[in-house]
Amino acid sequence: MTTATPAARIGVPRARLPLSLTGAAYGDRIFRLLLTLAALLIPALLALLVYELWTGSRLAMARFGLGFIGSSAWDPVAGRFGALPLIFGTLVSSLIALLIAVPLSLGVAIYLTEFAPRAVRQPVAFVIGLLAAIPSVVYGLWGIFVMIPALRSGVFPFLRRALGFLPLFQGPIYGPSMLAAGIILAIMIMPYIMSVAREVLLAVPNSQREAALALGATRWEAVVTAVLPYARSGIVGAVILGLGRALGETMAVTMVIGNRHEIAASLFAPGYTMAAVIANEFSEAVTDLHFSALTYVAFTLFVVTVLVNAGARLLIWRVARGSGVGSRAL
Amino acid sequence: MVNRAGQRIALALAILASACGGGRPEGPAGRARAGSAGGAALTGAGATFPNPIYTRWFDAYAKQTGVRINYQSIGSGGGIRQFVEGTVDFGATDGPMSDEQIRQVRGDVLHLPTVLGAVVLTYNLPRLGPTRLRLDGPTLAAIFLGQITRWNHPALAALNPGAPLPDADIIVVHRSDGSGTTYIFTDYLSKVSPEWARSVGRSTSLQWPIGLGGKGNEGVTQQVKQTEGALGYVELIYAVSNRLPYAEVKNRSGAFVEPSLASVTAAAAGTPLDAATDFRVSLTDPPGKDAYPIASFTWLLVRRTPADTAKARLLKGFLLWMLEPPAQRMAADLQYAPLPVRVVELIRTRIGEVWPFAPAPS
Repeated sequence: MTTATPAARIGVPRARLPLSLTGAAYGDRIFRLLLTLAALLIPALLALLVYELWTGSRLAMARFGLGFIGSSAWDPVAGRFGALPLIFGTLVSSLIALLIAVPLSLGVAIYLTEFAPRAVRQPVAFVIGLLAAIPSVVYGLWGIFVMIPALRSGVFPFLRRALGFLPLFQGPIYGPSMLAAGIILAIMIMPYIMSVAREVLLAVPNSQREAALALGATRWEAVVTAVLPYARSGIVGAVILGLGRALGETMAVTMVIGNRHEIAASLFAPGYTMAAVIANEFSEAVTDLHFSALTYVAFTLFVVTVLVNAGARLLIWRVARGSGVGSRAL
Repeated sequence: MVNRAGQRIALALAILASACGGGRPEGPAGRARAGSAGGAALTGAGATFPNPIYTRWFDAYAKQTGVRINYQSIGSGGGIRQFVEGTVDFGATDGPMSDEQIRQVRGDVLHLPTVLGAVVLTYNLPRLGPTRLRLDGPTLAAIFLGQITRWNHPALAALNPGAPLPDADIIVVHRSDGSGTTYIFTDYLSKVSPEWARSVGRSTSLQWPIGLGGKGNEGVTQQVKQTEGALGYVELIYAVSNRLPYAEVKNRSGAFVEPSLASVTAAAAGTPLDAATDFRVSLTDPPGKDAYPIASFTWLLVRRTPADTAKARLLKGFLLWMLEPPAQRMAADLQYAPLPVRVVELIRTRIGEVWPFAPAPS
């Protein structure tokens, strides 16, 4: 069969063209239209979300303005609300999670790509990836029944004895605390960071490793000097992915953080996060102002997430200028 | 390996499904019975506290009459909001509507009590053994205000002579989510402590001076169970079914009353209700020597002038059925205190006055 292009068929009466060619022009256009609609759907939904958050929080914005971000009050009876402890709690618990999860995940990823025996690599990666499949509520229940008693009786007193000179580790130990939330978040984001970091490390060409080894580096030195710098931007991307998950995590956090609208210096003190307060108070919020304040908190969470992600993109771009893998992919 | 992973995921999904159960009514209350007469449905939404008994009632009523009633336990705040917006046929709430909210519906609302709930103080003091802790209103307020911080404070020792109260911090646990339980408890504290009324107030959600927040009755229960020296407030039913120790509270007559179905019904019986009452009555701190001081009605909200008469007739049929002894006994089986006889009569009369039409099915 000849595969003459439609251009070569100009002048041929339409009725004589094979069906596949008459349909081709329409089919292409419809296909393109559908794809464009699908692509536009996401920004449209996002715009709708922002619009709803904006209109819902207008009452609270009119009442509190930007002072909402700096205020620590939360009094539904008197109608005074402020998001500062919530923002603090969200950022601090996510930071603790990163501090714990990143070295661990990176260590596991490096181990799996560089040092583990071949037979072990796939199963271990699979099992760690399975951590991501566990629902947040189940993590929360595990946190309440298993993790918090263990922390309260073992880990926290040890930290207080060893590091009690720091204000971070002083004060009474209840169990539910900022540190407990950070730990459970660390466990939850580890599979994400580890999977992406592992992919990125696998993508580093072997020539890098071989070159380092050929120059006399030990296995560890080869990883640190040749592999990691090459994969820098990808690893930063993995960390940002984990951070994004940690910022928005709701159920597991609200079950172990103690739910207290307070900024405390101690990590053993209870705290609160933006997502947790919405999960807790939204369904029973009766007054319009309370409702609107919670929507304002949701809007603030959205803004914080966007800012963090934008900052992360910037960081990746800066880090990527000079390394190979991952910069194009991200 | 895959089997184990599959099993784990299935287990996780099952726990997730049961943990999410707060939004759906259990049981076949929403499904049509084969061959039912008409099968017209009513919808309601609101309080989570009475959800178990409402589910049981709607299920039994559907079996008996074929009328399906759908109930979503989204919380008292949601119930009031849906009722005001008219998206449901009836609402349910643990805290009565405020005057402002009643203005929003231009007075077109009737509060009908259905069962009684009680808030008990649960604690974790293993050394106390089987002896019940005794508390009274002002002491409770002082504890929750953060003024009394240790278990062996003289005020507590005076209430519990001879009891081995430890020299340890009182770890206060309250609700982090908005709740009718909180409303009942803070209503009581506001009555017995002017300082509480002034600085904190009564509401489903408020600014607690001290304490950890637990999500739901379950969250508070777990915190108290696991933290030695903890003191928290939960619904009576949770304390009973989880076999938690709970305190006796001193009532207005000076007697230390153990929370039970009888003492809660006595609280309602002892509260004066005149014939023209709108039932938005607080039962906390009532007179009567057998009355438990921290109890409350839970209400259904219905329209005085319903838009749909056919639905109103069905609703009236259910309400009258609910006031009968068999239904009230079902409540007692589930540890909800049934309404005292006098209140039942008042409600029946009020329904007859406001909705003069005949109920369906007759």
